[in-house]
Amino acid sequence: MFERGSRVQTRKKQTRDHTRLPAYLQQKPGIVRECLGAFPFPDQNAVDPNRADAVNLYTVEFSARDVWDSSGTGTILADLFEPYLEPQS
Amino acid sequence: MSAHMHDHRKSAELSLRVKALVAKLEEAKVTSEPELDALVERFLSASRPENGYRIVARAWIDPAFKALALRDGNAAAGRLGIDLSHWAPVKLRIVENTAAVHNLIVCTLCSCYPIALLGPSPPWYKSAAYRSRAVRDPRGVLAEFGVTLPQNTNVAVWDSTADARYMVLPVRPAGTENLGEEELARLVTRNGLIGTALL
Repeated sequence: MFERGSRVQTRKKQTRDHTRLPAYLQQKPGIVRECLGAFPFPDQNAVDPNRADAVNLYTVEFSARDVWDSSGTGTILADLFEPYLEPQS
Repeated sequence: MSAHMHDHRKSAELSLRVKALVAKLEEAKVTSEPELDALVERFLSASRPENGYRIVARAWIDPAFKALALRDGNAAAGRLGIDLSHWAPVKLRIVENTAAVHNLIVCTLCSCYPIALLGPSPPWYKSAAYRSRAVRDPRGVLAEFGVTLPQNTNVAVWDSTADARYMVLPVRPAGTENLGEEELARLVTRNGLIGTALL
């Protein structure tokens, strides 16, 4: 469970199958802006909907400079499931 | 193979798979082609951008409604009698443009879009070019739509990666203080609700 304002780092994707963690947002630092509640975890849901856990979904904000390079402008916000995130101090 | 050809081949494959699936469901007497047609027709006839325009116009004239819309989009839509129940578990989020921030909506993974509020999405929204470039170079994409923002306006790109759908609440145009709700609704455009136009 992440609180609003928590600093997180996105993980590398954990599956070769379906995931909702976009490639361009892997291993990037971000800040949790909101928890949207729990939804069936897509990485499991795509394999077997009967065995998908309900997992917390967060809106995470990234600086485009962290996602790309110094040419990035503005912010990117994406909705990411808890298993995609690890805490960052 | 060009990306365009690739899209065509994928769509042909998909349409064959859907046909095969419908045939199986008909065979099993689960549903029928006419029943599915009626379902799609009912959904699409209620799914028009005017739904989004009404939410925006009401939010511009009613601060309490605006606060509700920004806090709980589903509740705000419900207040205006707009039916979002066919995608019940989906959360509707409305994000507000101000002088400080301009919001832009994209779905980089597929083509998630609030169809019930905006009607079917325009072809460019589903294109690989828009989906990849909106997050990499939002100001460049906006410029191609004719939108140039002050340098100190932050561009916030919302990538609809999961169970929420996004709609922009545009800035109310100057000089519209005397207009009523219906007249205001007529000023709103679909692209304004995606963030690729200013009003």
